Amino acid sequence: MTVTITDATATLITGHPVTRRRRSRRTLAGSIVWHVFCLALLVLLLYPVAWLLGSSFKPGTEILTNASPIPHKFTLENYGIAVQGVAGLSLWQLFGNSLTISVLTVIGNVLSCALAAYAFARLRFRFRGVLFAFMISTIMLPMHVVLIPQFIIFNQLGMVGTFLPLVLPKFLATEAFFVFLMVQFIRGIPRDLDEAALIDGAGPYRTFWSVILPLMRPALITTTIFSFIWSWDDFFPQLIYLNNPQNYTIQLGLRLFVDQTSASAFGPMFAMSVLAILPVVIFFAVFQRYLVDGMATSGLKG
Amino acid sequence: MTASTIEAAAPARAAAPRKVRTNARRDGAAWVFLSPWLIGAALLTIGPMIASLVLSFTDYDLFTAPDFVGLANYQRMFFEDPRFWKSVGVTLNYVLVAVPLKLAVALAVALLLNRPRMGQGFYRSAFYAPSLLGASVAVAIVWRTLFSQDGVVDSTLSAVGIDLGGWISNPSLAIYVLVSLAVWQFGAPMVIFLAGLKQIPSELYDAASVDGAGWWRTFWSVTWPLLSPVLFFNLVLELIGAFQSFTSAYVVSGGRGGPIDSTLLFTLYLYDRAFTAFDMGYASAMAWFLLVVIAVVTALLFRSSNRWVHYAGDDR
Repeated sequence: MTVTITDATATLITGHPVTRRRRSRRTLAGSIVWHVFCLALLVLLLYPVAWLLGSSFKPGTEILTNASPIPHKFTLENYGIAVQGVAGLSLWQLFGNSLTISVLTVIGNVLSCALAAYAFARLRFRFRGVLFAFMISTIMLPMHVVLIPQFIIFNQLGMVGTFLPLVLPKFLATEAFFVFLMVQFIRGIPRDLDEAALIDGAGPYRTFWSVILPLMRPALITTTIFSFIWSWDDFFPQLIYLNNPQNYTIQLGLRLFVDQTSASAFGPMFAMSVLAILPVVIFFAVFQRYLVDGMATSGLKG
Repeated sequence: MTASTIEAAAPARAAAPRKVRTNARRDGAAWVFLSPWLIGAALLTIGPMIASLVLSFTDYDLFTAPDFVGLANYQRMFFEDPRFWKSVGVTLNYVLVAVPLKLAVALAVALLLNRPRMGQGFYRSAFYAPSLLGASVAVAIVWRTLFSQDGVVDSTLSAVGIDLGGWISNPSLAIYVLVSLAVWQFGAPMVIFLAGLKQIPSELYDAASVDGAGWWRTFWSVTWPLLSPVLFFNLVLELIGAFQSFTSAYVVSGGRGGPIDSTLLFTLYLYDRAFTAFDMGYASAMAWFLLVVIAVVTALLFRSSNRWVHYAGDDR
C-alpha cells in the first residue's frame, strides 16, 4: 500500500534530500549478467500469472497437472461458462456490482480526503496537532477493532446487504492513508501561491478550489488508482456486508467456485479469475508511471 | 493622481481589521473542510473503538441485548480456548517468517536494480505488479491450485525426488503457501527501498572507494546505516499488514483455516467467531487483543530504533 512513498516521503523518513547517483562505470559482461538475473526473476514472478492466463484456455482436466502456461488443447469453452456467471448471477451483474463499489469509493476518497488534507496542511485551527496525530495513528489501527460495532450500526440502520456500508465510510475520509498522502503533497506546494491568492482576495474556499485542488492533480490521480484497485480487490468487508446474492461482487462470485473442488469447475474458475484481475492489470498498464513514481517526481514539474 | 493615491491608501487602512476577520473565517473554514473527516472519526472510529471495548466485556449475539459478563471473554480467551492460542501461534509463525523474508528479498532486488542500466524502470514496474494483484481472490486461487495435491509444485518437486504431496493439505506446509504468496509481493517495499537508495549521497560511495572498501564493507558502513530509516519504515508497515492478513488464508483454506487449523490466522479465527458463531463479545475481546499486540510491537520497534536507525543529522 505504500508504493506512493517516493522521493518526497523518503526525504521525510530519512531526512536526506534526494540526490541522484552518478552513473557508475559499467562493463558489458556485468550488464549481461545483470539482465540475465533480472529476466530470470521476471520469469519466476510472472509465471503464476502467465500460468493462470494460459490455464484459462485449457480444458478443466488439464489445468491441475500441466505446469506449462501453454495449453495442450486450446479451448474457449471456459469463458463461455464463466460469462454465464455463478449461482444464477451473471458475470455482468458481478462486474457491475464491483464497478459500482469501486467508482463510488474513488469519488468518496478523492472528495473527502482532499477536504481534510487541505485543512490539515494549510489551515490553522484549535487541536490541529492532536487531531493530526490521531489521524496518522488510525493508519495503523487494525480495522477489526472497529469492525463489529460498525457492523452493528449498519445492521441497525438496515444497510447490511447493500453497498452502503462499503462506500459510505469512504465519503467520511476514513482512509487516513490517502489523507496523509495528500497532506504531504500539499505541503510541497509553495505557500507563495496561497499568499498570492490571499492578496487577490481569495478566501480559503476559493484558494482550495482554484489554487490547491488543480495543483494536487498528481496526488488525486494516485488516490484514484489505489482506491480503485484496493476496493476492487477488497474481500473481507464484502464478505461480511454483502450477504444478498444480488449484490455479490466479482470477488464473492469467485469465492463460490473455491468450494467446488471437481476438476470440471477449474476451467470456468480460472477464466473468471482472469476476468477478475483484468481491470487491475489495465489500470496498472495505463497508470504505471503514476503508480510507481508516485507523487513527488511527477508533481509540480509535470 | 488623486484617485490612485486613494486607491493605494485604501488597502493599507483596511488591512488591520481585515486580517482579524480573515483569521476568524479561516478557523471556521477549517472545520467546514474537516467536517466529513470529523464525522467519520467520531462515528466510525472513536465510537466503535469504545463500543468494541465495552462489548468485549459482554456476551452478545447480535439478536438479543448484550449481557455483561465481566472478564469472562478474556478468561476464556487466555485459559480455556486452545484454538485462540493456536491462531496466535500460526499468526506469529507466519509474521516472523513472511516479513523478514519479504523484506530481505525486497532489499536484495532493490540493491540489484539500483544502477543506471537500461530497463531499470521496466523491471521496477514489473516486479511491483504482484503487489497489486496479490491481495485478490483470483491470485489466492492460483496459489491454491499450484500447491494442491498433484498440482504443479507437487509434481515438479516429485520429479526431482522430493515427494511432499499437496502443500495445502499438509498441516506443516500449508502456512508456507501463504508465506510464498506474501513474499511474491515484495515489490511494494522494494520500491520504497529504491527511493531510499537513491537518496544516499554518492560522495559517500566515492569516499568509501577511495578508502579501498570492498562491496561488503561499503554495504555495511554506508548503505545499511543510511538505509535504516527506510528499513524501519518498511518493517513497521509490513508487520502491521502481516498481522492482519486474511484473504489468502481464507481462500487457500476454503474459509476454515485448515488443515487442522494450520492456516488459522488470527483474523480468520476472529471472523469465524464474529460472523459464523455470532459471538460478538468474544470477537471484540480478540480484536482488542490484536490492537494491543500491534501497539506493543510498534512501540518496541520505535524504542529499539535509536539503536539501529540512523537519521540524517545524527553523529555518524
